[in-house]
Amino acid sequence: MNVTAFHDVVLVGGGGAGLRAAIAIAETNPRLSIAVVSKVYPMRSHTVSAEGGSAGVVRPDDSLDEHAYDTISGGDWLCDQDAVEAFVKEAPEELLRLEHWGCPWSREPDGRIAVRAFGGMRKMRTWFAADKTGFHMLHTLFQTSLKYTRVVRYDEWFAASLLVDDGRVQGVVALELMSGKIEAITAKAVILCTGGCGRVFPFTTNANIKNGDGMALAYRAGAPLKDMEFVQYHPTGLPFTGILITEACRSEGGYLLNKDGYRYLQDYGLGKPEAKPVLRSMELGPRDRLSQAFVKEHEKGRTIETPYGPVVHLDLRHLGEQLINTKLPFVRELCLKYQNIDPVTELIPVRPVAHYMMGGVHTDIHGATPLLGLYAAGEAACVSINGANRLGSNSLPELLVFGARAGRAAAAYASSAAEPRSAVLAQAEDERRRMQRDLLHKIDGRERLAPLRDELHQSMEQSAGIYRSGNSLAQAAVKLRELQDRFRHVALQDHSRTFNTELMAALELSFMLDVGEAIVESALRREESRGAHQRTDFPARDDQRFLAHSLVYRNADGSCRVEYRPVTITRWPPGERVYGR
Amino acid sequence: MNEQPKYTDFHPRWFRRRMSTYWWLKRWSYVMFILRELSSVFIAWSIVFLLLLTRAVSQGQEGYEQFLAWSKNPVVVGLNVISLLFVGFHAVTWFNLAPKAMVVRLRGRRVPALWIAGSNYAAWALVSALVAWLILGG
Amino acid sequence: MADRIILQVTRYRPEDEAQPTFREYEVPCPKEWVVLDGLNYVKDHLDGTLSHRWSCRMGICGSCGMTVNGEPKLTCATFLSDYAPGPVRVEPLANFPIIRDLVVEIGDFMQKLAHVKPWIIRQEEKPLSEGEYQQTPEELDAYKQYSMCINCMLCYAACPVYGLDPKFLGPAAIALAQRYNLDSRDQGEKERMELLSQHEGIWGCTFVGDCTKACPKNVDPAGAIQRYKLKAALAWLKDIFVPRGAK
Repeated sequence: MNVTAFHDVVLVGGGGAGLRAAIAIAETNPRLSIAVVSKVYPMRSHTVSAEGGSAGVVRPDDSLDEHAYDTISGGDWLCDQDAVEAFVKEAPEELLRLEHWGCPWSREPDGRIAVRAFGGMRKMRTWFAADKTGFHMLHTLFQTSLKYTRVVRYDEWFAASLLVDDGRVQGVVALELMSGKIEAITAKAVILCTGGCGRVFPFTTNANIKNGDGMALAYRAGAPLKDMEFVQYHPTGLPFTGILITEACRSEGGYLLNKDGYRYLQDYGLGKPEAKPVLRSMELGPRDRLSQAFVKEHEKGRTIETPYGPVVHLDLRHLGEQLINTKLPFVRELCLKYQNIDPVTELIPVRPVAHYMMGGVHTDIHGATPLLGLYAAGEAACVSINGANRLGSNSLPELLVFGARAGRAAAAYASSAAEPRSAVLAQAEDERRRMQRDLLHKIDGRERLAPLRDELHQSMEQSAGIYRSGNSLAQAAVKLRELQDRFRHVALQDHSRTFNTELMAALELSFMLDVGEAIVESALRREESRGAHQRTDFPARDDQRFLAHSLVYRNADGSCRVEYRPVTITRWPPGERVYGR
Repeated sequence: MNEQPKYTDFHPRWFRRRMSTYWWLKRWSYVMFILRELSSVFIAWSIVFLLLLTRAVSQGQEGYEQFLAWSKNPVVVGLNVISLLFVGFHAVTWFNLAPKAMVVRLRGRRVPALWIAGSNYAAWALVSALVAWLILGG
Repeated sequence: MADRIILQVTRYRPEDEAQPTFREYEVPCPKEWVVLDGLNYVKDHLDGTLSHRWSCRMGICGSCGMTVNGEPKLTCATFLSDYAPGPVRVEPLANFPIIRDLVVEIGDFMQKLAHVKPWIIRQEEKPLSEGEYQQTPEELDAYKQYSMCINCMLCYAACPVYGLDPKFLGPAAIALAQRYNLDSRDQGEKERMELLSQHEGIWGCTFVGDCTKACPKNVDPAGAIQRYKLKAALAWLKDIFVPRGAK
């Protein structure tokens, strides 16, 4: 077995969290050698698609407590409040640091940072770079990371499994796409920054690369996944493509209209319609409520039917060309290029679309998982600051704050941890043989990837959508077990070593099946409705039984085991979520 | 800049496409590019011509007359006409890219490209007229 | 409109083949489908051995650049129906080595990008406690256009100078250097000037201008390079004519 290299810390994933962590490690201890293992070139990572903005308290009329309260009530009191307090405190520093690294934040006329309103936030605190905030943040981080010579990149390497020995994580086994080499990259600590798993759903804003890789890696290695039942549906995606139309459209004053041109959100306890946007009201309500309102509106027959499902309309026409061009240029570009619609003069058809995983690898406030040497940050992780529903513009600061925290924690650990043991090399050799035997060289399987993936999609959409029921979830659980069995009989058509994307797709599908099971199983066990998890058979919140995080563990036979863990409450006891008043 | 990769069993050969001999005919902008490269020959000729002229002048009346007679040779006239065309082509290229190279701001707004290119062309016309007047009329 | 269309796709399997060939696939052609949807249809339903890169499907990650009917394009933003009745020829981006099928090797650009120091260079860092660097919307506007580069490599594929001489730094790398030079927070222009004013830097460019035409994000790398040439030329003149003491 080859060892490509030994590093002190290996990062899996080169998006916002991964790059921030890499820089944090380099600055904490310049002697440490850092590897960024990413299945795409880092600037292709999905952070690039984030549009609207990044929340951090900067205005004198705002306060950290208000940001914390918005986040906690937005998360339906499932957030760990110590984590939220750390998060809101460090978010402005991190955003400022990015400003110093060159991020082209939009500005006030006098040169200060500009902020905009965002859903569920009671103050204007969302920093933005027009409507390409994630793109600019990612490229700033990536370009800045080029400065640090201790950061070694493994671009287009796919991490297939974690190396665990003696109770601690000691590296990864990774496939180099270009050559087909499968090698061990050993390290004292591993940080998972692989993002979410929106691709387990058929209709999603998520890029093709978001398959829950890191979640599955951790889960298979024995670390628990937390709060996986909480899947955020973004209320405004373009039909067919699922392309995200940012919440910033509504914070700039856009309206959501049903087929009669009526601002229907007023019927769902979200306040009264005003001409100008009102914070924490109507179109600026939280995403879970807006997506749920859409479903109810559809049931009343007041949505518009299209070949790609029911839609409502997002109306920006009254904002004027000038504002749209300066504050929402990307939205206009996307509508023109992909939908052939000009938002300056036309209504944009939108529908809810799977967008973000509140859940992820269970970590503490420093990004550490229960597995020694394993850390996680960003959407792949669940700290949890997002609880049962994330507020728009909290995910970008989250990946900075907790990317940096995980980086510092891993650096401290790696500075004193023991060297990886040679036993892991035998493990890596086994893994390589397994991949070659079960996938690359197998010719007699009867299953193909695409149909399996389609069935996974169907199952997930039917059972784990905006509204769920015990029945559909139980059926999905059975179905996913069946798909797991059938996956063992998959045969690839492509047996070549060089840039075998079918092999990668197979590994990703097996990750998605695991993550899909974790989502369905946690959703089935949570017999209440909270935030983004709405059960038609248990329509009320149940703080008695479920003011708790669910933790899914993987049993030896591959099945799931769900346990619970109390939520940390510091200063904000559970209350009612009130919007529009 | 890139090191040559080491090909192994696990790293089969990349395929490097060669640009065909006629690649520059595929696109009008590529033809222009090749013409500009080619123009250097004629620009060099103009300089040689100028040097010859200088030498002829220094040789006095007879040498100058000889030079003028030689200049009337159709080949030389042809070469000079082509050179003139190329110089004109270069001028147009440069004037068209001037707005890209010079970002002028007036009261916070970028001056439109047409103005910058236009003023260049105007200046060109003016200078040409002046030269024409000096030679023909003056 | 025809409901199906033929894709002629470059295939190259380096382990078995000495050079690329074309293969034809017939795919559905609804009006919403882009070239990338056609390729994904091939991969899922017709031929699992086809390799191509893609990710965001919204024109921002920069993965899916290919040559479509001779033009460098983001395949996620190129509608199949625009090429009806077909066929549509899909090839890897020009000017890069082909690793396999539609996948090209861009390591050369990654090195060049790092080479131009695309980060903020300061003589003295301002402490975070002193807040942000003030930057007016006009100052932001001065470099914003060049910060829009998604590194999709279409400009390199369009540039004949890069095709003829791979040492040429190329449009995107120069535009990104310019993005930092023009940023009011940056003080690294001199450092970058030394790298960029070499023969393989800005002076390699002969203003073909196709990089700007190919750019899907209106970055205008050709403009960036010409501005740089003017600046470099002025700096050179200044070096010659202004006495050392007066600088």
